[in-house]
Amino acid sequence: MAYETVIRTLRQKITSCESQLQDLRRHLAEAEYQNQRQRALSHPERNVHSSADPLAHDFTHGMHDDFTSEIFAALSHSEEAAPPKRRWPLETTEYKRYGRQLIMPEIGLQGQLRLKKASVLIVGVGGLGCPAAAYLVGAGVGTVGLVDGDTVEESNLHRQILHSTAKVNMTKVDSAIVSLHSLNPHVNLVPHYGRLTPETAISTLQHYDLVLDCTDTPASRYLISDTCVLLGKPLVSASALRTDGQLMVLNNPPLPPGNAAGGPCYRCVFPKPPPPESVVSCGDGGILGPVVGTMGVLQALEALKVLTKEPSTSVTRSASPDPPSLLIFSAYSSPMFRTIRLRTRKPKCAACSAHATVTAEALNSGSLDYVQFCGTINPVDALGPNERISVDNYAKIRLDVNPFTGLEPSKDSHILVDVREKVQFDLCSLEGSVNVPFSTVSSTSSKVKNGPGTEPITEAGWVAELRQHVDKPIFVVCRMGNDSQVTVKKLKELGLDNGGQRWIGDIRGGLRAWRNNVDKDFPEY
Amino acid sequence: MSQAKDEDTVSITVEFSGGLEMLFANERKLSLTIPVKDENGERPNIAFLVRHLCDTIMKDPRKELFVLDDTVRPGILVLINDADWELEGEDKYEIEEGDNILFVSTLHGG
Repeated sequence: MAYETVIRTLRQKITSCESQLQDLRRHLAEAEYQNQRQRALSHPERNVHSSADPLAHDFTHGMHDDFTSEIFAALSHSEEAAPPKRRWPLETTEYKRYGRQLIMPEIGLQGQLRLKKASVLIVGVGGLGCPAAAYLVGAGVGTVGLVDGDTVEESNLHRQILHSTAKVNMTKVDSAIVSLHSLNPHVNLVPHYGRLTPETAISTLQHYDLVLDCTDTPASRYLISDTCVLLGKPLVSASALRTDGQLMVLNNPPLPPGNAAGGPCYRCVFPKPPPPESVVSCGDGGILGPVVGTMGVLQALEALKVLTKEPSTSVTRSASPDPPSLLIFSAYSSPMFRTIRLRTRKPKCAACSAHATVTAEALNSGSLDYVQFCGTINPVDALGPNERISVDNYAKIRLDVNPFTGLEPSKDSHILVDVREKVQFDLCSLEGSVNVPFSTVSSTSSKVKNGPGTEPITEAGWVAELRQHVDKPIFVVCRMGNDSQVTVKKLKELGLDNGGQRWIGDIRGGLRAWRNNVDKDFPEY
Repeated sequence: MSQAKDEDTVSITVEFSGGLEMLFANERKLSLTIPVKDENGERPNIAFLVRHLCDTIMKDPRKELFVLDDTVRPGILVLINDADWELEGEDKYEIEEGDNILFVSTLHGG
């Protein structure tokens, strides 16, 4: 059909224009940033001058000229000569900018000066790092370093508030720096491109006073904690998933390993990593923006508390540090916040005890393999080739006329089981598919029946359902092609394959492969 | 009916957080009564409670996501009345009437 060609051409044109537009937007954002930066460098005094003289400001405004000159006369009379330039500890603009926090006894002038002198490293510029960085930069922390190896994706934008639609595909570090610079040009922002590795950890962290762990894997959490212990830096660690969040201030006070008065580290609280199959990412489990945002904001708050704390003198020693605690946030529980008392340093901790095995040498040499320590899950490879079908071949079954029999394709010729959770199934699904959520599959016991005549009283409804239509092969599909394989094994354990007479297999690569190879319009989420 | 307070049981609250509730039919909070004596006639401790949860409460077959080597798996904090169980004697802690036991799975997302 002619229209089909037109539609296809138009689609291609639109796609190419959109990607051009995206590039242009990115260039614009970068150029605006550079421009801003240059202006700030070439006129560093401009803002300061405009309001440095208290008389130049309000008196000329809304006041009668005569009156103004009278005041000027009176004021100049009181001082013999031109007043010497007053040396305030902060820049004039800083008094204004930070005024609302400066007048709080928790901060005050000394607190603000401590912030200005301080440097904070934020590892991970995502759902936690974005709000944390925004508040720390807003509050006037002198230097803020940002570590991240990723680029901005559209699916980040609902929670990673420093990034924006026009900055999709930009590195997260650059995107954040553009936003943070426009928020507060007085802060020195330091980019660290790429992920933190054992080899780079010490050299990256050592110039900072405090570290925020805003990462999303157990391996990075152990690495950051170990490095903070070795370098004597307090660590504010947070995490979030779905509707829950957790927050801890670790290694605070940051005393040397072996000193029991120091704060516990991540290893004290979690000596062993969780089994990798129990670790769920935001991409798989989901995350509410304000939940992770709350945790990131709380990290900034704890960082401000640590940074502005008056150094304890021998006289004021009595003020003991807050006991180590874990804050648990649960958006759908009541109350939403709970504080749990944590242990102190573990006497046998591998990182912060006198028997520590984690050393700077081991870290630098790369002999500590955090990824191996935490374990990895390989993509599931549970099935033989004759138990799997590619999306292209499955598409033929669904969409094409059978070249041999001439039969019309039919969705009724087989059963398509979609094992994504119901909420995902409701977003989009292949026509005619049946939803059996993987959680239901996993929680169904696959114990074999005792023998003929002793039917279990209650076989799960979905199993009974699939037991009918013994003539129809079962195809199992999921989001990525992992759960579907596990399900195929389970279905066979349940005896649904009729001792091998009925074909049960999975669709390789899942709905992602389906979208990539067959149906471009199938939603990606 | 004589609903007299059963002298042979202890009433406690068990809570799950950080995703563990999924292993317990999405219940975040359970009110449980456990026997005042365990199999060996001792006062029930946390180790007993973990076995009890695993054997009688948990319907999900994925026990390995809750226990490993007869104790709570790594990555789960056990909190007794809002304190880390390491402050209370870990799984030897003897459960008392009205105790609140919270199992928290660590989160890693960010």
